[in-house]
Amino acid sequence: MDSYFSILFTEVYKILFLLVPVLVSVAMIVWLDRRVWAFVQKRRGPNVVGPFGLFQSLADALKYIFKEIIIPASSNKLVFVLAPVVTMTLALISWAVIPFGEGFVLADINVGILYLFAVSSLGVYGIIMGGWASNSKYPFLGAIRSAAQMVSYEVSIGVIIINVLLCVGSLNLSDIVMAQQNLWFVIPLFPMFVIFFISALAETNRPPFDLPEAEAELVAGYQTEYSGMMYAMFWLGEYANILLMCAMGSVLFLGGWLSPIDIFPLNAIPGPFWLIFKILFLFILFALVKATVPRYRYDQLMKLGWKIFLPFSLFYVVLTSSFLLYFDLLPGK
Amino acid sequence: MIAHSVFFYVFSLIAIISAVMVTVSKNTVHSVFFLILDFISISCLFIMIGAEFLGMIMLIVYVGAVAVLFLFVVMMLNVAEQKGQWFSSRWDGGTHIPIGLLVSLIIFFELIIVIGGWKYKPDLLNSLSIDISTEVTNTRSIGNVLYTDYIHLFQISGMILLVAMIGAIVLTYRERAGVKRQSYVKQISRERDEGVDLVEAERNKGVKIDA
Repeated sequence: MDSYFSILFTEVYKILFLLVPVLVSVAMIVWLDRRVWAFVQKRRGPNVVGPFGLFQSLADALKYIFKEIIIPASSNKLVFVLAPVVTMTLALISWAVIPFGEGFVLADINVGILYLFAVSSLGVYGIIMGGWASNSKYPFLGAIRSAAQMVSYEVSIGVIIINVLLCVGSLNLSDIVMAQQNLWFVIPLFPMFVIFFISALAETNRPPFDLPEAEAELVAGYQTEYSGMMYAMFWLGEYANILLMCAMGSVLFLGGWLSPIDIFPLNAIPGPFWLIFKILFLFILFALVKATVPRYRYDQLMKLGWKIFLPFSLFYVVLTSSFLLYFDLLPGK
Repeated sequence: MIAHSVFFYVFSLIAIISAVMVTVSKNTVHSVFFLILDFISISCLFIMIGAEFLGMIMLIVYVGAVAVLFLFVVMMLNVAEQKGQWFSSRWDGGTHIPIGLLVSLIIFFELIIVIGGWKYKPDLLNSLSIDISTEVTNTRSIGNVLYTDYIHLFQISGMILLVAMIGAIVLTYRERAGVKRQSYVKQISRERDEGVDLVEAERNKGVKIDA
């Protein structure tokens, strides 16, 4: 019995060691997002609270905590309350498999990439539940839009993952990183990296694909009826998901914790820092896209997902596998 | 081992309770939510017996795609109309009961066969022609079997799915008149000369546009 408790304590300790930095960095990343957005548009952005406005997100969080939570009388109360909880939980549990260094991972499971994919495909439920339970027109329309959008773009992300897996021969995320020791996959699979980036924008409902919460048409989409801490939880979950997509992109294409070239001053920097640099790099790209590109029309969004990305990434699967077969480079023989 | 069995009972209890709730709950959307919970706990059970690939595929396909479609359909239906139809005055004479009984009878006999087969489980496992090694991951072993011994069955099932997909598209596709389509090539290749048209407008008559 004693050993069970010690296992429990070490695991809880490890989970806290992972989740607390993730939550803090989510708060920081919101600030960074607003800051980058402001700089692109020649504004200053949040710069009042703390040095450079760094504590803006914490102040916002404090405000949300003390606000009243309003539950609409005609809503389905249980589902309404559960929706933000589901969003947030799903956004956080996927961090368990992200490797921050060699052997520096909470759960080194064999099917790590499938786990990530499965959890991100569950993410749509938080939005559908929120939209349906609000029992109001705008949230419902937003939820339906977002569900269709996320399901569509998951398909192309799945095919892109197959491309990477063909080059690795394993579903384990640490193996995927180790396979990139000589060459990051962003070089041979560059078109796939671009498509992954755009699909990740659509999957996380970021601009230019933020149709679910298009404020001009749907007020705030599925979040319309939410207030106070429940709104903040949706928001935290959303940003945790964005960070996760950046982490996934860096693990799949940018060599995870590996340094760009294996020479002294670069490889002396510990692995986790490299991963964080790469995540930040991808996130700043996300923020720049938000600041520059106008919103897509819904039919264009669907056309892009199904008629352009899916056939192209399928074609690339054929190309990659024939290349590997022809030059006898197939892994895992 | 204690922790393992505790987790097993927790997940199977959730699976059974949510399966019952799928049929019992009056709100159809709640039924679908319980169905999703059922899928999730069953995939947890898959993972517990070491079939992690099956568990994850179960999550991705059933929960991530199929259940979303269920939820769509159910949300679109007018739920209020169906509430308590079994007990309502608009009783349809119970025409659905014989079919329901037939289906449940078949499922019942299938369950009996499955549970009866439990007795011969060791013999069945020994008679398997595939050697299951614990060395390789089960993703690799499934791939090894699926793409070698059963490649024809695999491809046939793929063809059936393709035919079903095309069939569904053909059945639901409806050509509508007067739909304006956007052609990117046309939009981009438009020049100033064709885009702007100078017309002498006659007085009190105007100009007919879009002719």
